[in-house]
Amino acid sequence: MAQGKAAPGSGVPIEYRTVERVAGPLLFLRDVANAAYGEIVEIQLPDGERRQGQVLDSRKGLAIVQVFGPTMGMNIEATSVKFTGEVARLAVSDEMLGRVFNGLGEPRDGGPKIVSETRLEIVGNAMNPYSREEPSEFIQTGISSIDVNNTLVRGQKLPIFSGAGLPHNQIAAQIVRQAKLRNSDESFAIVFAAMGITSEEANYFLREFESTGALERAVVFLNLSSDPSMERVVTPRMALTTAEFLAYERDMHILVVLTDMTNYCEALREIASAREEVPGRRGYPGYMYTDLATIYERAGKIKGRKGSITQLPILTMPADDVTHPIPDLTGYITEGQIYVSRELQRRGVYPPIDVLPSLSRLMNQGIGKGRTREDHRGVADQLFAAYATGKDQRALSAIVGEEALSAVDRIYLKIADQFESEFVNQRPDEDRTIDQSLDLGWKILGELPDSELKRIKPEFIQKYRPKKAA
Amino acid sequence: MGVVARVSGPVVIAEELAGAKMFDVVRVGTLGLVGEIIRLVGGTATVQVYEDTTGVRPGDPVENTGQALSVELGPGLLQSIYDGVQRPLEVLQKNLGDFITRGFVAPPLDETKKWAFTAIAKVGAEVGPGEVLGTVQETALILHKIMVPPGWKGKIVSLASGSYTIREKIGELETASGRQPLGLTQRWVVRIPRPVARKLPPSIPLVTGQRVVDTFFPVAKGGSACVPGPFGSGKTVIQQQLARWADSDIVVYVGCGERGNEMTEVLATFPNLIDPKSKRPLMERTILIANTSNMPVAAREASVYTGITIAEYYRDMGYDVALMADSTSRWAEAMREISGRLEEMPGEEGYPAYLGRRIAEFYERAGRVVTLSPENRTGSVTVVGAVSPPGGDFSEPVSQNTLRVTRVFWALDASLASRRHFPSINWLQSYSLYVGDLEPWYQAHLSPEFAGLRQRALALLQKESELQEIVQLVGVDALPEREKGILDIARMLREDYLQQSAFDDVDTYTSINKQYRMLRAILGFADREQDAIARGVTVAQLQGLPLRTKLSRMKWIPEAEAATQFEALDAEMTETVQGLVASAGGA
Repeated sequence: MAQGKAAPGSGVPIEYRTVERVAGPLLFLRDVANAAYGEIVEIQLPDGERRQGQVLDSRKGLAIVQVFGPTMGMNIEATSVKFTGEVARLAVSDEMLGRVFNGLGEPRDGGPKIVSETRLEIVGNAMNPYSREEPSEFIQTGISSIDVNNTLVRGQKLPIFSGAGLPHNQIAAQIVRQAKLRNSDESFAIVFAAMGITSEEANYFLREFESTGALERAVVFLNLSSDPSMERVVTPRMALTTAEFLAYERDMHILVVLTDMTNYCEALREIASAREEVPGRRGYPGYMYTDLATIYERAGKIKGRKGSITQLPILTMPADDVTHPIPDLTGYITEGQIYVSRELQRRGVYPPIDVLPSLSRLMNQGIGKGRTREDHRGVADQLFAAYATGKDQRALSAIVGEEALSAVDRIYLKIADQFESEFVNQRPDEDRTIDQSLDLGWKILGELPDSELKRIKPEFIQKYRPKKAA
Repeated sequence: MGVVARVSGPVVIAEELAGAKMFDVVRVGTLGLVGEIIRLVGGTATVQVYEDTTGVRPGDPVENTGQALSVELGPGLLQSIYDGVQRPLEVLQKNLGDFITRGFVAPPLDETKKWAFTAIAKVGAEVGPGEVLGTVQETALILHKIMVPPGWKGKIVSLASGSYTIREKIGELETASGRQPLGLTQRWVVRIPRPVARKLPPSIPLVTGQRVVDTFFPVAKGGSACVPGPFGSGKTVIQQQLARWADSDIVVYVGCGERGNEMTEVLATFPNLIDPKSKRPLMERTILIANTSNMPVAAREASVYTGITIAEYYRDMGYDVALMADSTSRWAEAMREISGRLEEMPGEEGYPAYLGRRIAEFYERAGRVVTLSPENRTGSVTVVGAVSPPGGDFSEPVSQNTLRVTRVFWALDASLASRRHFPSINWLQSYSLYVGDLEPWYQAHLSPEFAGLRQRALALLQKESELQEIVQLVGVDALPEREKGILDIARMLREDYLQQSAFDDVDTYTSINKQYRMLRAILGFADREQDAIARGVTVAQLQGLPLRTKLSRMKWIPEAEAATQFEALDAEMTETVQGLVASAGGA
């Protein structure tokens, strides 16, 4: 009940014991003179345990604090809150590579704390659009359906839209393993942020990184499903702050894997409902778009700096519904999406990537002459169109029978099947070069007459189309 | 000087702000963050802050500038890239580095650059609002007219040609309230439309070089259009195509809450793109407003107003201006976010009750007008707003409120986009209410035949969708040849005409004249096809003609060769189809 030890002047943290209300993850503090918006607080529980929190709303005489962690064990009388006078920061250094941290950036692997002069604010400032460099370097993932149809480039943010029970983790791991620039052995350093995933999933990734030696060039932030959900709100920011340090201060190329963004958004909703905010769609806060943007937009390249940040967020769509607010808002921010399909999974196709709803917005900058191959755009478009037509014919033939299709339509039908079983389908350890993938694409288009190849320029048909054996 | 009483995200409540007026700009906290008063209750003012408020605490100072949010208008606007409150991003980068830190104020226009001003108005003349005092060659493309600001009137005391910066006096005006210095710039409050003499009916199309737009769903100069579509349906590509190729004099492109890399793409490509008419870089007629999604939400709310005010200013000079807003949904969401923080009673889906009014007010600023000027200059602002409906569902409030006020609807279709049919404008759902208004123009400038061709093509596409329903049940083979022929032509229309690649050097822009020729060629083939079918030729035979490959590659015929190539194509069509008929035994 007593006023805390208020230390006037700066430097000395001010401590309060004026908790008025504890509700969900929120702590309401009375008689607080002037807490800064976003200020970090340290909370001491009656049993001596310490937790961190952050000011979400500050007014004269009242501060609302969001606790990173459970509010279990907190009470009105004996809980004390210390205002640090600082916003959330993370100490960053080269020593972070090869280490595993929890969602708040504290060591989880038994190793020492990171001590560094460089302590960065985790809420990064927005990159000036004028300073950005247009991402245009083709990343070869070795997966045909990505490389040919939905090309990834350095500095892009390309999420994997998946569903429960689909192999998004395997796909992400394969990309991490195989991703490289063409004609270069330069590999990516990895920043991995897990939000609310199971320990089994986390172990899968750690084992993957370990077995390929990638762990030495990885920084891992783990917030498992058993860890406090409120930590999840800061975990991706910890990861991206680290990524920015490594990319822009240490000239490294970083691949950031964020999984699972759905859990992140759930945590966001939990806070919003505890604050009794006016909800937007499906109870998610109205500012979720802005909030997600402050995460995703931290991918990119900066003019005059060597490093880059490429983001590969993973999200599981509740009930495979792409119109759900989480995939929906994500799709409006990210530069495309890789869509994992349950239908293809059931047909036994790996990776079950449905190229039709998938998209890479930065593809055009990364492909073509000098980057991949001059026929890339045309082949990709033609495959899209042929596969879409073939799928239509498949639906049609289910009703009227294959015999009722015209000769050309039967070719399309066959193309759709081959596209799935030969082009999209590949082994988890199969690393195809872009030339192999494009040649395979030509093979799939094989039986179509030239007049149907409307998306490919005539000179490329001449040059690249496999000549039929006489 | 007031003090902060409460901080919650971008909303700050300030006390003891004496004399505060609604929409006054204030500076908040020790960093001097820029904000705007959006509510006054008793002695407290609610402020939306255009910058991140982290670190602001109760007790921090709040200073009222007494001015409403306004933009500075003058030479140097073109080729600039601004954030939502007209801070030049290039200057921010020079001063702050690659990341935008807070509390920095930069003049919107270069204050040191000397402009060669040529006086036109005579000393001693009585001048009124909008009257041209003189000109400055702003870029090789655009002659910037220095005008008497709205509301000013009087006798020119002095005015001289010469080399001036925007901070120097170019002359003086004797007004009723005393002598006023004249300069190269003027300020205007962004939330108030600039006044005009009167609005004109739409009668000239904005030619965009995009076939589906110009031929089927044209927008008039001074008109308004909305482009709703789910993510990945190509909204941004269409907006950028219009910004590139539309035949307006000035383009204002507002990236409102969108991707940083997209703005970078515009910045990287526009200086290299050449305007087909003037052969100058497109950047010379372009102004970019970039408030990306991770930049402060309140500045996003302001960005569309900043954009349209600049557009109106160039309109007042007598130019045709096209404003692209991508995306107005982000603007609406910014309103929703602020409204939520103010704990206002929400309307539909959490949006404030005034959403519809704000959207209508914004689009109403479009128009072809007679400006305030003695010589009755005309100019126009065309507004094209992208809408990003959640889940692609057009029944949501932003789409619906936008459809109520815009006269062109380009419905983007995810299923077309997924099969890479671009632009993915659905030809059955979209509409343009300007078609009737523009018909005289097409008659006079293109061909009296054009309206009929357009109508026929649309009817064929409509017929196709009906036939498709039958095909779904019985298969194509069950249709009579005549109807198979209709499907065949509709497919040509879809694939060879409506589809247009933004990334192909030739296909990216099709002149209205070439559009006419292409449409005529396809429908010309349709006539001959139906005729041949009546004489016993099958559709399969017609599809096998080598001529068809040529037709499908019409889009790649360069503009320069269009006249000769299309003549040849026409002759070839007649000849080969006649040949088929003859061999089929028809007479």
